[in-house]
Amino acid sequence: MEAFVLHTGFAVPLDRANVDTDQIIPKQYLKSIKRTGFGDYLFDSWRFLDSGEIGMTPNERRINRDFVLNEAKYQGASILLARDNFACGSSREHAVWALLEYGFKVVIAPSFADIFYTNCFKNGLLPVSLSEQEIDALFLYAMQGNRIEVDLEKQRVSVEDQSEFYTFEIAENLKKKMLSGMDDIALTLSQSELIERFEAMHRENQPWLFRE
Amino acid sequence: MNRTLYDKIWDSHFVGTRSDGNSLLYIDLQLLHEVTSPQAFEGLQMAKRPLWRVGANLATPDHNVPTESRELGMAGIKDLISLEQVETLNENCKNFNVKQFDILDKRQGIVHVVGPEQGATMPGMTIVCGDSHTSTHGAFASLAQGIGTSEVEHVMATQCLVQNKAKNFEVRVDGLLEEGVFAKDVALAIIGALGTAGATGHTIEYRGDAISALSMEGRMTLCNMSIEAGARAGLVAVDDCTLEYVKGRPFAPKGELWLRALESWKDLHSDDGAHFDNTLSLRAETIEPQVTWGTSPEMVCGITSSVPDPMAISDPVVSESTRLALGYMGLEAGTPITDIELDQIFIGSCTNARIEDLRVAAHVVSGKSVAKKIKRALVVPGSGLVKQQAEEEGLAKIFVDAGFEWRAAGCSMCLGMNPDQLGEREHCASTSNRNFEGRQGHKGRTHLVSPAMAAAAAVAGRFVDVRSFF
Repeated sequence: MEAFVLHTGFAVPLDRANVDTDQIIPKQYLKSIKRTGFGDYLFDSWRFLDSGEIGMTPNERRINRDFVLNEAKYQGASILLARDNFACGSSREHAVWALLEYGFKVVIAPSFADIFYTNCFKNGLLPVSLSEQEIDALFLYAMQGNRIEVDLEKQRVSVEDQSEFYTFEIAENLKKKMLSGMDDIALTLSQSELIERFEAMHRENQPWLFRE
Repeated sequence: MNRTLYDKIWDSHFVGTRSDGNSLLYIDLQLLHEVTSPQAFEGLQMAKRPLWRVGANLATPDHNVPTESRELGMAGIKDLISLEQVETLNENCKNFNVKQFDILDKRQGIVHVVGPEQGATMPGMTIVCGDSHTSTHGAFASLAQGIGTSEVEHVMATQCLVQNKAKNFEVRVDGLLEEGVFAKDVALAIIGALGTAGATGHTIEYRGDAISALSMEGRMTLCNMSIEAGARAGLVAVDDCTLEYVKGRPFAPKGELWLRALESWKDLHSDDGAHFDNTLSLRAETIEPQVTWGTSPEMVCGITSSVPDPMAISDPVVSESTRLALGYMGLEAGTPITDIELDQIFIGSCTNARIEDLRVAAHVVSGKSVAKKIKRALVVPGSGLVKQQAEEEGLAKIFVDAGFEWRAAGCSMCLGMNPDQLGEREHCASTSNRNFEGRQGHKGRTHLVSPAMAAAAAVAGRFVDVRSFF
């Protein structure tokens, strides 16, 4: 996983609450056995007017000009501004893979669904929680074409000229993981004796859980 | 210290703190299916890591298996991309020696139906699966959670989940449910009251005499939809009903070991005076049969209500969401729910495809016919064994005689990854769990209901109050 320290980029405002993972990446694309190839289908049924299938490229599709991601001024945006309970629903990590592959590095919303929030940290997509009012302000900055800077070390989101900034909360352990980009599995396995010790005791206490 | 049920299961599976400060939680069972496991198996292979404990994994294909021509097995999967995914699961299970109920096994089915049916789901366990409806297994007082694919790989390699502990949420339902009102209605009423993010960051424990009165199947329906209120997991305490269900199932302990297990499971309830961070209380008598009218499970109301008016909602975000939802659903504000005309009926999914669900639906349609205007009415049993039992009990015949299509087990039209999908603008009375835009098919319009309500809607061609059938 790539480490995340600081990112500056243009932001696109997605003005909808409860955006679910079925919207972020519809089910027909989950048939893939890979971790890649999802970016073209991000927000598929909002970005396009036709119903797509795996393998289709955006230039074969009927573009929905009314959808905010398709507006000329938001092309190349790398920060997604969203509303409450972003990415609720299914556990599909494909949602995170699709957002990253499309080019997003940060999602800023008042709140996130739990499983999505966890999935972000496994892949280097930074979810940032700010208040509704702060996000309203960022919506305006984004619409005016200002770049936004997200500094994980300082836990700060600021407008590029530094005229405004907002601090955000993040669990220390998640922050550390994001800053280092370390391999989760390797880190856990480095303490495998801890797991072995627990497992031996657990097997003793509840042998019916160990059928093998 | 007085602990909640969640606290107890957490404590009994807490391995320790990792060097970076994260908690490690031991996982007893990982359920695998074809959609969220291939990338995890691939990750293991690339890093040349083995499964930590092979026997803690159980697999079955469910999400995109076709529900017709099952006797053809793999050859029945016409969609080549779906076929590759199911083949990949076969290969991975073979290479890693994971037990699988494959497409031709009569024990194949939806993972959340199969686990409990086999007794692989037992009280006090920690269970994960790359599927958000893993919360289903909480009905057995087991901490069961949906996880992402990276977490699936992590559990495969380490038998642990990296997690921070959630808060405790008590949802109480006391009183007596009316005839014709079921666990699904309770679940939808709770989500309506809490909102789709109401329990984010929490584990729900369902308590109260209306919950204790539910069968195990009802409890599974209820826990299944915990995620629709934002909670990763939902729990119900162990009682005799739980033990009776588990006893004698293939994976359940026998003899001496069963007695030891019983002793250990006795404690799987919240202590008196245990602390809950939040509480919601509902009276069972006030819950009507529920119908969703919008594009989120929280957009729900009783059968005697009408579609809400966005103009009458003061919160601008809620008002706008309501307006967008009505636009998508093609519904006018103020329309009585009983005036909503339907095109398709779907009885199935990990929420409502167990034998009890099929019995209730069959009771409603028995001797009647699916309305002419309904283009398709599907019954998709949750597993091959549920299918077999329903056939033996004569339920399948009741459905077929009434004009339903009787299919083989799988997730089917709950998410339409297989050929079972809604057409554009078609309204469907569905016993599944999500009414998100496009979930059951591009531009399809889903209304979530109980199996009894779906069956009654099939007969009437529109929603009717199923209480009159009981």
